[in-house]
Amino acid sequence: MTLELGRILIEEVKWGRKTLIKKRSLYIDRDELIKKAQGGDTRITSITAEIARPGESTRIIPVKDVIEPRVKVEGRGGIFPGFISGVETVGSGRTHVLQGCSVVTVGQVVGFQEGMIDMNGPGAEYTSFSKLLNIALIIDVANNVSKHEHEELLRLAGLRAAAYLGEAGRDVKPGRVDRFEFKRPSSINEGSKDLPRIAYLYMLLSQGLLHDSYLYGQNVKNVLPTLLLPTEVMDGAVVSGNCVSACDKNTTYHHQNNPIIEELLMRDGVDLNFVGIIVSNTNITLRDKQRSSDYAVKLVELLGADGVVISKEGFGNPDADVMMNCAKIEEKGIATVMVTDEFAGIDGGSQSLADSTPHANAVISVGNANELISLPPMDKVIGDERIIEKLAGGMSGSLSVEGGITAELQVIMGATNELGFETLSSREV
Amino acid sequence: MAKEIERAGILTVHICTIVPISKTVGANRIIPASAIPYPLGDPSKSREEERALRRKMVEKAFNAIKTKIDGQKVF
Amino acid sequence: MERKYRVVHYLNQFFGRIGGEDKAGTGPLGREGAVGPGLLFQEFFGHDAEVVGTVICGDNYFNEHPQEAKDKLLEFIKGYGPDILLAGPAFNAGRYGIACGAICSHVSDQLGITSVTGMFSENAGVELYRKSAYIIETKASLTGMKDASGKMVTLAMKLARGERLISPEEEGYIPKGVRMNYSADKKGAARAVDMLLKKLKGEPFTTEYCMPVFDRVEVLPPIDNLSEITLALITSGGIVPRGNPDHIEASSAKRYGKYDIQGVDQLRPDEYETAHGGYDPTYANEDPHRVLPLDVIREMEQEGVIDRLYPYYYATVGNGTSVANAKEFAQKIVKDLIRDGVQAVIISST
Repeated sequence: MTLELGRILIEEVKWGRKTLIKKRSLYIDRDELIKKAQGGDTRITSITAEIARPGESTRIIPVKDVIEPRVKVEGRGGIFPGFISGVETVGSGRTHVLQGCSVVTVGQVVGFQEGMIDMNGPGAEYTSFSKLLNIALIIDVANNVSKHEHEELLRLAGLRAAAYLGEAGRDVKPGRVDRFEFKRPSSINEGSKDLPRIAYLYMLLSQGLLHDSYLYGQNVKNVLPTLLLPTEVMDGAVVSGNCVSACDKNTTYHHQNNPIIEELLMRDGVDLNFVGIIVSNTNITLRDKQRSSDYAVKLVELLGADGVVISKEGFGNPDADVMMNCAKIEEKGIATVMVTDEFAGIDGGSQSLADSTPHANAVISVGNANELISLPPMDKVIGDERIIEKLAGGMSGSLSVEGGITAELQVIMGATNELGFETLSSREV
Repeated sequence: MAKEIERAGILTVHICTIVPISKTVGANRIIPASAIPYPLGDPSKSREEERALRRKMVEKAFNAIKTKIDGQKVF
Repeated sequence: MERKYRVVHYLNQFFGRIGGEDKAGTGPLGREGAVGPGLLFQEFFGHDAEVVGTVICGDNYFNEHPQEAKDKLLEFIKGYGPDILLAGPAFNAGRYGIACGAICSHVSDQLGITSVTGMFSENAGVELYRKSAYIIETKASLTGMKDASGKMVTLAMKLARGERLISPEEEGYIPKGVRMNYSADKKGAARAVDMLLKKLKGEPFTTEYCMPVFDRVEVLPPIDNLSEITLALITSGGIVPRGNPDHIEASSAKRYGKYDIQGVDQLRPDEYETAHGGYDPTYANEDPHRVLPLDVIREMEQEGVIDRLYPYYYATVGNGTSVANAKEFAQKIVKDLIRDGVQAVIISST
């Protein structure tokens, strides 16, 4: 399976009369973008669109999802299968990426979970999203819409907008083309046969409102752990339906650009053999957790893996899932490394995880999400910053009169992403 | 929390969904619950059935209070 | 020009030139200027700081009368108006190490000034005080004096000036058990693959987080006469009166609530809701009993299964809430419960 990812570098985004890419600038027909995002759904009562550029004194809050505009140019299926396109298996042929920009969905708080992005200042150091040209969609829905529907409407609007913008890149010659090839584990070359066989256990959160993830449009809470080709995620096979807490939930952008998959593909045949991805979930009952864990471990074994990278999503009860997975895999004699963030308290003095196992002797920490951060006021706020006190990581008094914010790092989208998207880590001092 | 209250000499029963966490953290009397968003309920059941299920769990908790244990025990 | 920092130095009877083991019972006393190893410190400080006084206490005296020793020493130390306290180094001397750690953490706590000591990693003082004091790691014996003194002085000056520390390894102190964020040189994903390959090859690697060890609490004997007890309810599932009057945080709670339920038999959805930000709140908001079983407990109270339900319930949000906070809540709650004669508690968690 081979996928060519044509990267079209976008260095400026401007409103224009027609949506098109010219000389690394993306011009957007604002009205058409809004119309496409709404998709004729009358439950969406209004959408406004704003551009937030890196370095601008702009704060976006509350953010639901971040999505990279992509378009399928060749090969089976279409982008965001199960939502925007059919359900054909994706991941082969050619896909164009509008690199450097994203669609950010914003709207009234549905739960407690949404997050924020600052485009400059100290908050911008914590997330790659601050370095993107963000096309923010502020979406309002009808009063009689339930919370689950509300979440769904915004999720779909974001995907439609990203697919619409992606179309602008269909006929543009990409600045760079990356070729990702995934070999069948059975066809591993003679030369690389002695390299360790590495699998990836991709744990997705699946716990209901603002805690769900989707695979080909299917809520993964109803899926037994299954296999996925590395290139499928690049076409949007995995979509985020969650943003709780903002710091360590995988947005759709994270899935599209999963850094563990990219790293393993890059090193495939060089110092390891990448044998496959097991997608697993993180459900709400112990029985579900045990079943999924057993199933995932079985698939790891079937792939004949020597080692497994495990990524987690969320914190608290998912710690139980990740420890269960780790212990069971290690007991099979297969080496693991897990990626997790920490909740060690504001002072960093508390235990970081809710569960533990002595088998977890190789852990990558992507930072303490409880760390307190102070963010200066911004000139422009897209959304509503009064929401901050309600967000996970916010607290009573988080917002100063001047518009400064004091809150835990967990309010920032992707700050402690557990796919290892950022360089942040934590250590004992 | 269960552990700190028990440490102070008040017997504590922990009703929780994710038993492994309760065991790791160190509660002594543990009652498994239904699911994270509804530990003492089940929205797929009728209200009467749900209440009966909840009553059963609480009875189990009371039974745990009356039971002598030698170490951590899941009831 | 920057002003000179004022330093006080703590020594035991031996290094303080009072005498050997026979003088270990000597009580606290003060000396002007530097004594013994203090002279070496002064050399390292140069013009940046001056050792203005030395306080001395016998090892046995300190360990036998810790409170008195600390109080008296604090008075002496205060008298010198210092910016910095240095203690030891104690190398592998256990009693001396404990005294150094204790006085450093006491002085930092009471006076808010910089304090630094030095010990061998296996000194009993390390486990006791590494979380509350900066302890430079030294050799086991006196041969490490010069090296230890240099590091203690450098660290003390950095701390006094409010400079950012690089890392415990770099500064030479024993980690204080506090997690601090920093930016690594590679993304987490790349570090993960690197670590896994090292692990598979049997090469040395350092985990970025060591699994915590949770302590255990002794099992309490059962209660037979259930019908005579007062029972209290606590939940970490965030069930609060509508509007969340105590503003309990949706995640990493810094507060808990205590709510009067006298005469309340039902938690009606229009009166109670969840403040928890870590799970789908739909079901708890529809029927709060799914998280806090007040309805059936009241029923059983009326049936006489228990004598009485405590007139209040407690709620917090167990979502990324640090163990330290949870512990603090429990300790406060327990005071009420003991005072009011509660014999058993049911905690419901999501």
